[in-house]
Amino acid sequence: MADTAVDELETFRAETRSWLEENCPPSMRTPMKDDEIVWGGKREKFKNPESKVWLERMAEKGWTAPQWPKKYGGGGLSPAEARVLQQEMSRIKARQPLFSFGLWMFGPALLEFGNEEQKMRFIPDIIHGRTRWCQGYSEPGAGSDLADLQTRCEDKGDHYLINGQKVWTSYADKADWIFCLVRTDTSVKHEGISFILFDMESPGVEARPILLISGESPFCETFFTDVKVPKDQLVGEVNGGWQIAKRLLQFERSSISAGGFGGTGGSGIMGPEDYAKQHIGTDSDGRLLDGDLRGRITDHKMYAKAFSLTVQRQAEQAKAGQAVSHTASILKYGAAKMNQDRHELLIEALGTEGLGWEGEGFDPTAKKVTRQWLRSKGNSIEGGTSEINLNVISKRVLGLKDHQ
Amino acid sequence: MTFLLTEDQEMLRDTAMAFARDELPVTHLRALRDSGANGKDPATRQKLAELGFFGVIVPEEPGGEHFGLVGLGQILEAQGRTLAATPLLQTALIGASAIQLGGTPAQQAEWLPKIAGGDVTFALALDESAHFNPLNVATEAERNGQGYTINGEKRYVPDGHHADMLIVVARTFGEAGDRHGLSLFLVPADAKGVSIQELKTADSHGAAHITFTDVMVGEGALIGAADEGADVLEPVLDRAAIGQAAEMLGSAQAAFDMTLEYLQSRKQFGQLIGSFQSLQHRAAKMFTELEMTRSCVAAALSAVDEGKTNVAELASLAKAKASELVHLVSNECVQMHGGIGMTDVADPGLYMKRARAQEAMYGSASWHRDRYAKLNGY
Repeated sequence: MADTAVDELETFRAETRSWLEENCPPSMRTPMKDDEIVWGGKREKFKNPESKVWLERMAEKGWTAPQWPKKYGGGGLSPAEARVLQQEMSRIKARQPLFSFGLWMFGPALLEFGNEEQKMRFIPDIIHGRTRWCQGYSEPGAGSDLADLQTRCEDKGDHYLINGQKVWTSYADKADWIFCLVRTDTSVKHEGISFILFDMESPGVEARPILLISGESPFCETFFTDVKVPKDQLVGEVNGGWQIAKRLLQFERSSISAGGFGGTGGSGIMGPEDYAKQHIGTDSDGRLLDGDLRGRITDHKMYAKAFSLTVQRQAEQAKAGQAVSHTASILKYGAAKMNQDRHELLIEALGTEGLGWEGEGFDPTAKKVTRQWLRSKGNSIEGGTSEINLNVISKRVLGLKDHQ
Repeated sequence: MTFLLTEDQEMLRDTAMAFARDELPVTHLRALRDSGANGKDPATRQKLAELGFFGVIVPEEPGGEHFGLVGLGQILEAQGRTLAATPLLQTALIGASAIQLGGTPAQQAEWLPKIAGGDVTFALALDESAHFNPLNVATEAERNGQGYTINGEKRYVPDGHHADMLIVVARTFGEAGDRHGLSLFLVPADAKGVSIQELKTADSHGAAHITFTDVMVGEGALIGAADEGADVLEPVLDRAAIGQAAEMLGSAQAAFDMTLEYLQSRKQFGQLIGSFQSLQHRAAKMFTELEMTRSCVAAALSAVDEGKTNVAELASLAKAKASELVHLVSNECVQMHGGIGMTDVADPGLYMKRARAQEAMYGSASWHRDRYAKLNGY
């Protein structure tokens, strides 16, 4: 890197540091609490008032989306500057001001495939956390075989009419808008899919939360009955939605593998080795008394370390312009395995302490582990099952052929 | 830490890959085996010297430009791809590192240029049982008037059957198992009292059991401080484990590529066997492990060059992951080749045999898992 570039970056660092010092409220420098995560949107309550101030200030600078273009309200930062921002935020342990499917998945896809008017209309509201988006992909009959989706979208001249059902729609009951895959041609499969956007308050939309094995309801069944959608809300070409859908899945898989699953931080949950030391004990050399469990914990920790090194390596390669093809599938597969193994080991190390459900008599953190362990079972199902990811790796990366 | 190669390292990698492919293909190892050479290959040693591969981590002058362990790692990976038997790990890595980390200025001035020129080869004589256990040394070095007298027995010394010089780990104090009391000695392989039993090994690289009977060495043979040899030995072994992991990565990659090619050419039931999902998923899992191990090896190599404090942890990570990887891939290579994989004429068996030797060197996967756990406080 040229010296001037280094100087400029250091100037940027100094400016960023002092801006963060001045603008990041004190409570936003403490570990995130689960109930203080800001997802934005019309129904956001901002349980901690400082989280609202923090979001507004960061959004004003475009730093909720540091690398998005300035013309849509993004930060317009280079990758190097965005890294500096990230480093400076970690330095003061600043919370992420906004959690958002708009930022992680929909926005990047819209920037790539949307027209100018759509970008101007939707991107700024994502950056400011004014609109909360949900994802209308899976259907009861279209899970792993996503392209088999049947939600109908008919051209009624001056509008589209949508009828059908989605499932596993994350937070559909809390979202303002949906990006949705619909069928605009029933005679073909992949080439008959379109990508459309609409308001969840449109007449005919109903979202029903699904109770999961973890006792939580982060997903909904979502029903569409004669939902009218203006024609300018279809992204890309009619019947050209599958390309957008796939690209968006890459963003989804990357965001899952980069952030890990459920990694909102500050949960107070320790590593499996810590619980094992506490509940099983160690010998005079400090080794866990259960040698078999110790070995399996180490297997997992090594896998996790290798995984994070791989994320770093691929980021460096991407930055240097080296080809990193289809790594999202590898990382998604690895992230699911890693998180599931971790939670199985946590539950095992906790013993009966890890079997609490609610009420008194159990450590609150342990009860959280129990719920997260159950939730983690979905990691190898959502966003493309592990089996589908292995298909993607073997076909697209390794070039293995289908049956003839 | 960086995962990217410099332009010079990139060129070195290309040279090493081309050299392994053109001059040291698997057929070369076969020829050495069939002629009974048992890993002894003076012609290759000469070519490696001409390429400058022996001096990759040795600066031409103090502080001079060099490729670092990252550079040497590229060469070891390249030779791993074709299972080449070369003195590089023992000499260019272990020998050079031991002299660099423990040698006096005089020893460095004497040995480093010879190593870099390929004029001398080394072998580390450490293990005394069938399992890696570096403190479990009973071989004694007893002080005499002019130096030390060494007595003991070393087992399965890689390159021990053809190296010029031996780096002998011996005990000058305490008992087997003690960290304090180890010392390192440079002993010419042809010194009086050194008896070398050449071993024919499954991987065709060969090795040696070496017995030391009243072997006399001078004060100048001691590398590092007497009794404190572990201070030199441990970082050398970390580097050896990392270098071995780089070689294993190359072997695993080659065995995987060979398997993939077979999946894409062999037909059964009128279909390419690579179109069967059970094989596709196993191939995809191997590929994932391969990519993750590559990251570990790269991180460990670069941590050494950057003088990071977590080299031991990364060495254990890299060696354990590479051991598991090469074990898995070499087994799958035989299995997915079916009957042909069981024949001597095909290469999968060679990769599997070499894999087991690689896995055993400088700590097995379970040895490194145990250390990784200790380093992480459980």
